[in-house]
Amino acid sequence: MRWRHNDNGGRSGGGDTANGSGQLKASGASFPDAYYQEVISAYKEKAPDVTVTYNAVGSGTGKKEFGQGLTDFAGTDSTVKDDDGVPAGSFMYVPTVAGPITVSYNLSGVDKLQLSPDTLANIFQAKITKWNDPAIAKDNQGVTLPDTSITVAHRSDGSGTTSNFTKYLTAAAPSTWKLGSGDTVAWPSGTQGAEKNTGVAQIIKHTDGGIGYVDYSDAVETKLSLAAIRNKDGKFVAPSLEGATSAVAGAKVKDDLTYDPLNASGADAYPITAPTYLLLKPKYDANKAKLVSDYVRFLLTDGQPIAKDVNFAALPSGLQQKALAQLDKIQS
Amino acid sequence: MTTRTTQEEEAARPALTSKTGGVRAERLFSWWTLATGLLVLAVLALILITTTKQAWPVFQDMGLRFISSSTWDPNPASGNPVFGALAFIYGTAVSSLIALLIGVPISIGIALFLTELAPRRLRGSAVMVVDMLAAIPSVVFGLWGVLVLAPLLVPVYRWIHDVFAPVPGLKSIFGEPVGTGRSFMTAGIILAIMIIPIVTSISREVMSTVPQANKDAAFALGATQWEMITGAVFPHSFGGLVGAVMLGLGRAMGETIAVSLVIGGATNITPNVFAGGNSMAAVIVQQFGESTGTFTAALIGLGVVLFALTVVINVAARVVVRRAEIRVQGAAT
Repeated sequence: MRWRHNDNGGRSGGGDTANGSGQLKASGASFPDAYYQEVISAYKEKAPDVTVTYNAVGSGTGKKEFGQGLTDFAGTDSTVKDDDGVPAGSFMYVPTVAGPITVSYNLSGVDKLQLSPDTLANIFQAKITKWNDPAIAKDNQGVTLPDTSITVAHRSDGSGTTSNFTKYLTAAAPSTWKLGSGDTVAWPSGTQGAEKNTGVAQIIKHTDGGIGYVDYSDAVETKLSLAAIRNKDGKFVAPSLEGATSAVAGAKVKDDLTYDPLNASGADAYPITAPTYLLLKPKYDANKAKLVSDYVRFLLTDGQPIAKDVNFAALPSGLQQKALAQLDKIQS
Repeated sequence: MTTRTTQEEEAARPALTSKTGGVRAERLFSWWTLATGLLVLAVLALILITTTKQAWPVFQDMGLRFISSSTWDPNPASGNPVFGALAFIYGTAVSSLIALLIGVPISIGIALFLTELAPRRLRGSAVMVVDMLAAIPSVVFGLWGVLVLAPLLVPVYRWIHDVFAPVPGLKSIFGEPVGTGRSFMTAGIILAIMIIPIVTSISREVMSTVPQANKDAAFALGATQWEMITGAVFPHSFGGLVGAVMLGLGRAMGETIAVSLVIGGATNITPNVFAGGNSMAAVIVQQFGESTGTFTAALIGLGVVLFALTVVINVAARVVVRRAEIRVQGAAT
């Protein structure tokens, strides 16, 4: 068996021999799907008799299925609300990774783009329709912007990525952004919708003048140009894993381990960083409890270095320890 | 003539019914056909009742505004969610209309070709090719549309837009095309390709039932081929052709995946056919997974509206056909 070495200094790993056998079913957010699939393959080498499946059906469906008992744990980008189908007290949050949500664009001749939250809000509300608009020019002194029309791309399916992006706009540009926040919002007519992050990335890639929000992992895969966004401290920061880690480190963590790195303060923080969590049950039957606990422990320890390979930001060590402590609360 | 007794008469009669089971079989047969007919009606009624019941919360909330409002906002910045289906009804209507305008002339043309003009040897293979189009799964059409057709059509749309830019009325119909090519027009074209096999095959069937006598009479009166077609073939097969078009329209209105991939995913009411929009079926499949509560009820409500729209169109079609038949063939029919 090949062991993945923990090259992160003081963090000790979950080196338990997970010799259980069984099946773990999970579903939920598509945002961290690339990371979860990598962790599942790595875990297969460590515990070949345990089959873990994760279906990226979206945070909403993931929560519903978890509430109905169809899955052992769920992935979600958004916190549980009353009408999500998950009763209070039947779940606990385990943060796993964080990822930047990029503002990707495709504009011939423009390699670097900077955007302030107000300009961003107006672009996505279709109030700014051409690339050479004065507001964009103000954010990009010295750059010649062409006269191309802006094609805004967004999600046509309900999505935690939309939810986090619009939450960011509500927090960072409260007087300009009027469309609210949520898994689905009323995007203006004249914009284009597509399924999943990959669909939005496709639109941007094939349309000159396209702009949209895509998670960092997919944006890098599709080789899109990424805009630098002005963060709370006034600096324009391009999306990166370091920027995401800065944002998470600067965010306040609540008692239930939810945290909000959107529009975080910190000079290096990338302001549109989205958290993602696993929902676990506080009580499982004996065998299941061991399987879930071992798998999630692996994800939080040996699995964290994998995040970088798929363009997600691992948790800072303080949050990682708190997350591991959650696993000790599982009763069987 | 000696009269036989009834018993001998019966014995002498050829035994018509005994092989097929007699009276019992007859009763069973009529009972069975009645049952299956009622079963179909029952399923229809069940679907209508259960979907309306599940959509009731949003009908109560929005009332008539559900079909008259064009705002679809499940998560507004403030206030209650608003679910107005008008933009999606418009999208379904426009894409289906374009599909009919493009697809029906082509289908009837193919059907006429196959029944009147094609040499007998060609008919079999031509029919086979058209039917193969029907065998292609709709998702393949959607994929081909979004990956190949839409990008190819963008320069075509741009050219048409430039050509009609000075014309006052058509300028707004052929407006600025979206950069991705995903628009009402592209959805309409894909739908046209999908309805051609159905409409063609039914039209062909109907046109082949035109009595040869009618056609010969037309020729005898000196009609050219086209005059024969408009004089003898079309009037006779009008009802069937309308039926074929209705079936095609039904498929176009209900088509989900192919349309959701190429129509652009935007809530939009505009005369510009090159702009992106959305259709009822596409919205249901896009947003159902993440919906909860009233939002889900609203999506089911869209399904009810689609169902009702299909029924209304079918009834209207039957009225049209009945009137045309009376006009063409006399009130006695």
